Amino acid sequence: MKQGDTRKSLALALPVFALLVWTVVYPNIAVIAGSFENGLGHWREFFASPADREALWTSIVISLASVVGSLLVGVPLAFLLSRFDFPGRRVLRAVATLPAALPPLVGVIAFLFLYSESGVFTRAVQHIFGLTEAPWRLQGVSAIIFVHVYTMYVYVFLFVSAGLERFDTTLDEAAAGLGATSWQRLRYVTLPLLTPALAGSMLLVFMTSLGSFSAPYVFGGGIRVLATQIVSSKLNGSLGLAYVETTVLALSAVAGLALFRWLERKRKYTSSGKGAATRRVIKSRRAQIIAAVLATITVIVLVLPHLMIILVSFAVDGAWTTQVMPPEYTLDNYRRLFSEAALWRPMVNSLSMAVIATAANLVVCFVAAYLIVLRKFSGRRTLEVLVALPWAIPATAIALGLAATFNRNDLFSARILIVGTFWILPLAYFIRGIPLVSTAVEGSLRQLDPALEDAARGLGGSWWLTMRKVVLPAARPGLVAGGLLAAVTAVGEFVAGVVLYTHSNRPISMEILAQLRQLAFGTASAYSVLLILLVLLMTMTARSFEERMA
Amino acid sequence: MSAGSLSLNGITRRFGDHVAVNDISFEVPSGELLALIGASGSGKTTTLRIAAGYETPDSGSVMFDGRDITSVPPQNRGFGMVFQHYALFPHMTVEENVGFGLEARGVAKQARLDKARAALDAVGLEKAGPRSIQSLSGGEQQRVALARALVIEPKVLLMDEPLSNLDPTLRQSTRDELRSMLHRVGVPALFVTHDQEDAFAVADRIALIKKGILLQIGTPEDLYDRPASLSVASFIGRSTILPAEDLGDVVAVTIAGRRRQFTATRPAGRAKLPAALVVLRPDALEIAGIEDDAGWRGEVINRRFTGGSAVYRVKVDDGTVLEVESGVMGLREGETTGVRVGREPLPLVAAE
Repeated sequence: MKQGDTRKSLALALPVFALLVWTVVYPNIAVIAGSFENGLGHWREFFASPADREALWTSIVISLASVVGSLLVGVPLAFLLSRFDFPGRRVLRAVATLPAALPPLVGVIAFLFLYSESGVFTRAVQHIFGLTEAPWRLQGVSAIIFVHVYTMYVYVFLFVSAGLERFDTTLDEAAAGLGATSWQRLRYVTLPLLTPALAGSMLLVFMTSLGSFSAPYVFGGGIRVLATQIVSSKLNGSLGLAYVETTVLALSAVAGLALFRWLERKRKYTSSGKGAATRRVIKSRRAQIIAAVLATITVIVLVLPHLMIILVSFAVDGAWTTQVMPPEYTLDNYRRLFSEAALWRPMVNSLSMAVIATAANLVVCFVAAYLIVLRKFSGRRTLEVLVALPWAIPATAIALGLAATFNRNDLFSARILIVGTFWILPLAYFIRGIPLVSTAVEGSLRQLDPALEDAARGLGGSWWLTMRKVVLPAARPGLVAGGLLAAVTAVGEFVAGVVLYTHSNRPISMEILAQLRQLAFGTASAYSVLLILLVLLMTMTARSFEERMA
Repeated sequence: MSAGSLSLNGITRRFGDHVAVNDISFEVPSGELLALIGASGSGKTTTLRIAAGYETPDSGSVMFDGRDITSVPPQNRGFGMVFQHYALFPHMTVEENVGFGLEARGVAKQARLDKARAALDAVGLEKAGPRSIQSLSGGEQQRVALARALVIEPKVLLMDEPLSNLDPTLRQSTRDELRSMLHRVGVPALFVTHDQEDAFAVADRIALIKKGILLQIGTPEDLYDRPASLSVASFIGRSTILPAEDLGDVVAVTIAGRRRQFTATRPAGRAKLPAALVVLRPDALEIAGIEDDAGWRGEVINRRFTGGSAVYRVKVDDGTVLEVESGVMGLREGETTGVRVGREPLPLVAAE
């Protein structure tokens, strides 16, 4: 590589490095340092507290159970939809990923309306069987796992479906030809080859559950998990303890990351053949009926939470008490959202903060991905780790790190006061968006033959022209997909909001929670519907932009 | 039907409106090697997959050793199959791959390993057992796939383009190895190829399929020297095909006004052909002196040196181009030469 190239790489890399170290690494160090602020005192406090030990244990149990539950739902569904054809397959396929479109808090609220003691489904069961009490309570560990599996099985489903799509079916045929029964084929050929997909999705479920805040916060009851413990310690003013809890949570996440990555690496191969999967049509009449009935039930279960939110958004606030269904309906909730400035404000806040954070993500992550994929310079590996880091750290930990770092002006230790201002939440969203956008752009750029960039410059193209005409167009699909994901996550974000919001940047999720606390279910749902519509609108905009450009 | 033979009877397979295999019948006796050849999309692979049990025919039956096995699934047929891209399990070692069929049959671990090693030994890969599939070359993978198919002592051996992923040099030597190995195994063997040289080199008999229809089945010599139809004659080997006059005992060929007569063979069962075409193979023609009156005269327009011989394209006065394979080496483009028939009888086919 020419001297000038190296210099240019460094000139690009230095600001990116500085920014990432300052916003991603530094807050974590501040947290760890904070946990030792009085020696081992806070750590002793942590291990002496039965509540904290319980929280650590419960967090891990819930995360592992969520992984198992997601596998039990996601794997069979992926097999059913990619290997068989039956009545209802298309509809099921279309709604299978729907739960992932619910912002975390909205999903939790929908479950509350459906399956809690006063939920529609629970009361309907109670009514039908003439019970005097609700047949179950949506509380504690099992309730949390239930919500987790509903929203997170989608990861397993998508990963395994993609794995089956790529699966070389001649391998299955070869095994059959060698005399293997269908069980032997599944056990010795299909599942081992799906291990990378399984491990990848298990990791995702584990990390998401570990950092999950909404479900434990709303259904927890007496249950403690680390993510909620951190927030309550902070609210109680025991910052030191909150730092210890944050460190422990982050360490658990890193341990999970190492475990599943190891599993994924252990079995990594490239398959040479190309799978021409043909779906087996279920022919037996009885099996067809069973499949159709199961598909219908699954579709209903998947769609119900969305329908419930829409229904309740038209319910009169305060009128729904002991009835199975909300008794009175109105358009007032929506009217008020659009007419009352105080209610409209959070929508504007969330949207503008998501736009700011995503715009910053697009610029920074494009440069980072460009450096990682197309420039060979000595800091490449470090940069890769830096952009992936926020992904391995649960959102609560990120939020607490920011709270610990940007809480005062002290230029000597590179701190500035952002906590308490509007800018703290966009910063938190930006950090969470880094791995999403970087991974997507890296993926796009990897498909660009590095020789193309050389060829463009060999033809006399300046660095800027090459960037504009060759590199940027190649990165575009990744920028759009990653940017969309970051913006959608930001607009429905909850945890960082709980820890960091102030009057000037109160996000939608905080407003939903506030309405819920006042038992204004209708208004809370109307907010949720608008949030879902916002997500839908962003998705459609991104898709039509991609289609126009492609 | 002879013992241990595989036969397909009136097999038809449709995919939607497309008839992939159209009423195909043939028998492969024990110990014989039959090649299915045809252009891509001709239905040869579908035929092989039906024989293996991966596809079910819409009509017709597959028989083995006198038993109807049309609806027996592949795992119960006990046939060995070598796939085009070998379909070796990437997560298993070489010997695990070879031992897989034995494992499926419940053979104990030690016996399995011994047999797998013996099978690898037989294909010349005695040391490759613990290696990973990715570390093998294409030729080694092909041999592992063969060992995996043979170790289960298959009743029938099926191969889909077994040589197509090998480089040309390796291909030459593998053909001979494959032929002698298959003869040693002594079961019916069926293989699909689009390459007629592979088929000529390896097979005992060849079945030529076009658009799902079996055009001719016979020895390589049959297909080359006694083609059943114009389609067979133009698919197999190189040739110049010209209109001719079938005179019963002999055929008259007229080029540039010069009429010459030769002995002829007709497709089996055909008497005198009203609209006959003569098939002139390059090796049935030879270079002659300019004044030679037995043949024709023309200009060399192209020359290809092939090692032991040269192939010339000679343009006769009326524009007909004859391809001649000859041991005469010195001719250059632009020179004039004589061409005559060196080998009789000449094959005749009916115009289509």
